[in-house]
Amino acid sequence: MRRNLWLRIGLVAVVVLVSLWYLYPPKQRINLGLDLQGGIHLVLGVDTTKAIANQTERAAEDFKAALERKGIAAKRIAREGDRAFVVELANPASWNDALTVAAQFQTFERRNSDQNAGRFALALSDREVSQQRDLATRGAVEKIRNRIDKFGVAEATITRQGDERILIQLPGVQDPDRAKALIGQTGLLEFKLLDERTPVEEALAGRVPEGSEVLYQRRVDKDSKQEQKVPFVVQKRTLLTGNELTDASVQADPNSPGNWQVSITFSAVGAQRFGEITESNVGRHLAIILDGTVYSAPRINERIPGGRAVITGQFTVDQARDLAIVLREGALPAAVSILEERTVGPTLGADSVRQGMLAIAASSVLVFLFMVFYYRLSGLIADVALVLNVLLLLACMAAFGATLTLPGIAGIALTIGMAVDTNILIFERIREELKVGKTPRGAIEAGFNRAFRTIIDTHVTVLVTAAILYNFGTGPVKGFAVSLFVGLSASLFTAVFFTRLLFDLIYLGRRKVVSVSI
Amino acid sequence: MIEIFRNPNYNFIGRRRIAYAVSLLAMILGLGSLATRGLRYDIDFTGGALVQVRFEQHPDIAKIRSALGKAGVGEAIIQEFGDPREYIIRLPLSATTSQDVGKKIEQALTAEPSLGKIEIRRVEFVGPQVGKELQLQAVYAVLFGLIGILIYLAARFDLKGGVAAVAAVFHDVVVCLGAMSLFGKEFSLPVLAALLTIIGFSVNDTIVAYDRLRENRTKGGQRGKSFAAQMNDAVNQTLSRTVLTSLTVFFSTAILLFLGGKVLEDFAFVLFVGVITGTYSTIYVAGALVVDWTIYVEGRRRGKKAVARA
Repeated sequence: MRRNLWLRIGLVAVVVLVSLWYLYPPKQRINLGLDLQGGIHLVLGVDTTKAIANQTERAAEDFKAALERKGIAAKRIAREGDRAFVVELANPASWNDALTVAAQFQTFERRNSDQNAGRFALALSDREVSQQRDLATRGAVEKIRNRIDKFGVAEATITRQGDERILIQLPGVQDPDRAKALIGQTGLLEFKLLDERTPVEEALAGRVPEGSEVLYQRRVDKDSKQEQKVPFVVQKRTLLTGNELTDASVQADPNSPGNWQVSITFSAVGAQRFGEITESNVGRHLAIILDGTVYSAPRINERIPGGRAVITGQFTVDQARDLAIVLREGALPAAVSILEERTVGPTLGADSVRQGMLAIAASSVLVFLFMVFYYRLSGLIADVALVLNVLLLLACMAAFGATLTLPGIAGIALTIGMAVDTNILIFERIREELKVGKTPRGAIEAGFNRAFRTIIDTHVTVLVTAAILYNFGTGPVKGFAVSLFVGLSASLFTAVFFTRLLFDLIYLGRRKVVSVSI
Repeated sequence: MIEIFRNPNYNFIGRRRIAYAVSLLAMILGLGSLATRGLRYDIDFTGGALVQVRFEQHPDIAKIRSALGKAGVGEAIIQEFGDPREYIIRLPLSATTSQDVGKKIEQALTAEPSLGKIEIRRVEFVGPQVGKELQLQAVYAVLFGLIGILIYLAARFDLKGGVAAVAAVFHDVVVCLGAMSLFGKEFSLPVLAALLTIIGFSVNDTIVAYDRLRENRTKGGQRGKSFAAQMNDAVNQTLSRTVLTSLTVFFSTAILLFLGGKVLEDFAFVLFVGVITGTYSTIYVAGALVVDWTIYVEGRRRGKKAVARA
């Protein structure tokens, strides 16, 4: 033991220095959780089922077109469930030709074939479905990350959770509603023609012709601030989507002072299609639809070359700017919904930090005084060890990039209580050994050795619970588990190794030790 | 040397029957309250929305209620939260509770001019799936925590010790939940964390006593003593440590409870109750059960031997 003294001093010195290095400067090194610094915690669910249904729907339409190109007549092509569509041929004789078309749809498997009736179904394979789900979630994570980057949030975390969930943490965001709107918007821009042959009243009465649907426009009355919903009968067929645009920018709306609009520019392909669409539909109305809501339906007066269009909709400048970001970054591959939200305002976070720190400080002072009062010099040694314990705990959290949450602060307070327990165990043991007549050095030796096994047992059981908490907990609770886990690991070093070193330094060096201050 | 106990030699184990009665009573009381009054769950587990609002001055609850009613946000629970200007508005999960409920409440309250300026301090929304999952997670966390401890103790000591220690922990969990139900505290995720900490803490005490018992037995000199007396010795020998440790943790949690702020209050409450019952259950549930179990097993063995001899 005595020979190793310098080695042990060196080890402690290194640990202290490394800890300080990691912790300096503390304000930047310790990540505060959203509950402490304020911000938004969101869990989004990606509607992958809907995405797959949409894909199937599109495939069914493509299949219809492919059959038409080959001159094969179909009685019925309709989606059945999320991942399949049925094909019924007008004439079973064209069976083989239809199958060659079906073979081109490689992601689909043919099922329930009935050659005599000329009927079969095409379904996405299981592998394809899970791949598409994965792709949709991954794509959504990617798009949302881009949107948030453009929005400008420092230190945002966007991670995928499981198959179809996205965890988003935005520290210090001042306007949660705006951030949520930006993140949660699917951003699917579509251009569709109005169905001008069906009167709106007729459609509202439930007589909507096949191939058309009723969509609404939201209008806010300037004076009464009441929101109105204006119905439109729109053809279901999408002529052009936001996929074809290359840029979106914000402009003042010339027709409505104080409002803003978003101007979009199409790609070369998009511009050409837009030109064709406008050319062949002069005199009709073209609806600009975002996520199923009509924004405007202007009349086409002439062919529009150059591929530019404008989205108006009583936008404020922030709304227009956010919409431009969404359109530039592109639509999410599937709609998302908020499953969980926790928003903490900055003032509440600051209050929590103050109260938490006050509680820690108060409990530390109490414990410190108690130890010195009860165990004298040994108590003071334990107190020094406690300071080192908290230092190590914070340094480890800084080093691992762990986040300090409000329950995490509580975890630190608890760690202080439990680290003291380790020293109490040792000190009580030393007292006992002294009582049975051991020499001071012998009693210290025996006290540490005997208590050690118990200390390991107690630490392991609490570490087990902390590990389980970490695995099952979310957000703040995870923070609690982390600080408990790290704190207890550190206490093995400080309360056993470090206090032993101090005891040895004090009592081993001297020739004759008469008593132990304990 | 300051000592709380000088060579303590209390007859803890001898009075275990009284303790069994006390434990049973506490558990029946706890379970009874859980069965009749039930446990209030936070929106973490039920799903729903919560908005914390700070008003400029002490508001009139009736006005808050009427403002919310006008906006049609549904049946809200309105509570003062730690400060007369600070309120929490809770909405249960329903068809009308959607993800923008925070905004709706903000608009409704700003529309009522007599309420003055308001500040939205916290918004929480937990959807139905997430709530269900968190419920399951809570049950799993407690269950796996107990199983992990049982396995570790059974390996480290013996099955009897492991089972008795887990019984003690179970006792503490029931008492804590019962106390929460009696005092109308709310079960939330942080409370779950506190409960698991109590599990670890309660087991700690038990391990210290078991360790001492085993050490004494291997040292010898315990021959003539009954198992009950041996356990009693172990408990007495570790008594000052148990009480000192419990006191320090007790201080820490008491301070959390009184200074930690409203958010930590329920969390600290569970720790507070748990420290007390955890210390008690070490001696009177974990210790006493092992003693009675051993006496029972030895009795049967002796009985069998007697039969074999005859």
